Amino acid sequence: MTDQEILAGLGEIVEEIAGVPAAEVTPGKSFVDDLDIDSLSMVEIAVAAQDKFGVEIPDDQLKDLTTVQDVVTFVGKNAGGTA
Amino acid sequence: MTSPQSATPLKPTDPFRPAAGARILAFGDYQPGNEVTNDDLTAMVDTTDEWIRSRTGIISRRIAGPDESVTDMAVVAGGKALAGSGLSPADIDLVIVATCSTEASIPNASAVVAYRLGISAPGAYDINAACAGFCYALANASDSIRAGTARHVLVIGAEKMTAWIDFTDRSTCIIFADGAGAAVVGPVPDGEPTGIGPVVWGSAGELSQNITIADRNSSLHQEGQAVFRWATTTMHPIAAQACERAGVAVSELSAFVPHQANLRIIESIARKLGVPRERLADDIVHAGNTSSASIPMALSRMAERGDLKPGSPALLLGFGAGLCYAAQVITVP
Repeated sequence: MTDQEILAGLGEIVEEIAGVPAAEVTPGKSFVDDLDIDSLSMVEIAVAAQDKFGVEIPDDQLKDLTTVQDVVTFVGKNAGGTA
Repeated sequence: MTSPQSATPLKPTDPFRPAAGARILAFGDYQPGNEVTNDDLTAMVDTTDEWIRSRTGIISRRIAGPDESVTDMAVVAGGKALAGSGLSPADIDLVIVATCSTEASIPNASAVVAYRLGISAPGAYDINAACAGFCYALANASDSIRAGTARHVLVIGAEKMTAWIDFTDRSTCIIFADGAGAAVVGPVPDGEPTGIGPVVWGSAGELSQNITIADRNSSLHQEGQAVFRWATTTMHPIAAQACERAGVAVSELSAFVPHQANLRIIESIARKLGVPRERLADDIVHAGNTSSASIPMALSRMAERGDLKPGSPALLLGFGAGLCYAAQVITVP
């Protein structure tokens, strides 16, 4: 899975859960500060990401994933057992 | 020497024959008079009305007075349910109070509630399954009636959660509140189907540290994100299983009345279960999270407004500290 594919998938998830257009979900954006996504929506995004990418994002890791790029990197690193 | 007043009368045993099923006869509820709005809370902690609404769905809640106990609230809700059932106190032979917030562990609430309602010498015990407590108690009531160990049962969920809340902790003081709800349960007439479906219950003790009151001097602590994740990912299959065991399709449910934990959580569970938003109970908006009281309170208030369809199936789902959970389908009285 390339970073571009993860970013596209993440954009779809964020749009569905938080109503933020996928096009606005770009690597440099902060979920809380730029996309106005709260901690509960972040949990929903993490759960949806697990379903989509097969990568579990535990709560204690989730709190450190503040930007879109953080999540893309985390998923890329842990996807398909290549971490 | 035993005085005549304290002599315990023996109950006649002939009414206690096993029943084919149990059903709810009537509901009752009680909310304390003191309403606390989100704006009121902004004076106590760093929060805003918008923040609370968007994360919990709560607009206002009721808080019990300093002299108002769990038992006091249980008595009012229980009395209302009893009156609605058309039964007399003498008809009740078991009282179960679901609660996790009593001021003291002895005496139990149920025996005192029974005494104050004029119910003479019933079986009486409290259940602590936290926010799942009412569904656990309802299952026990149904099973007792089916086994013939009770004929009519008064089931109450009553909580004074605010006694265990730190009003400087903005993650919990905006959520929890006080109140009581009750149901009178009795046997179904011979030949009629049961009105309380099989319970699907369980617990996840390995996650117990996510909702705790450490000791008698501590306040309730909750890992909000962990509880949110657990509830929104594991509860809809439990609810679906309860429907399956009752032989009811989700599409046939007239109402889904989950524990009023947080509107975001219950909307997510309803969505995953396939229950339309308009059939989801949202009593939390003006009641907050009242733990074991939330389901019977919601049912009672919905019934009073005419929002429940008598004779139709409604799904109950309790979940919370333990972490404990229970679900069953009931027939609306």
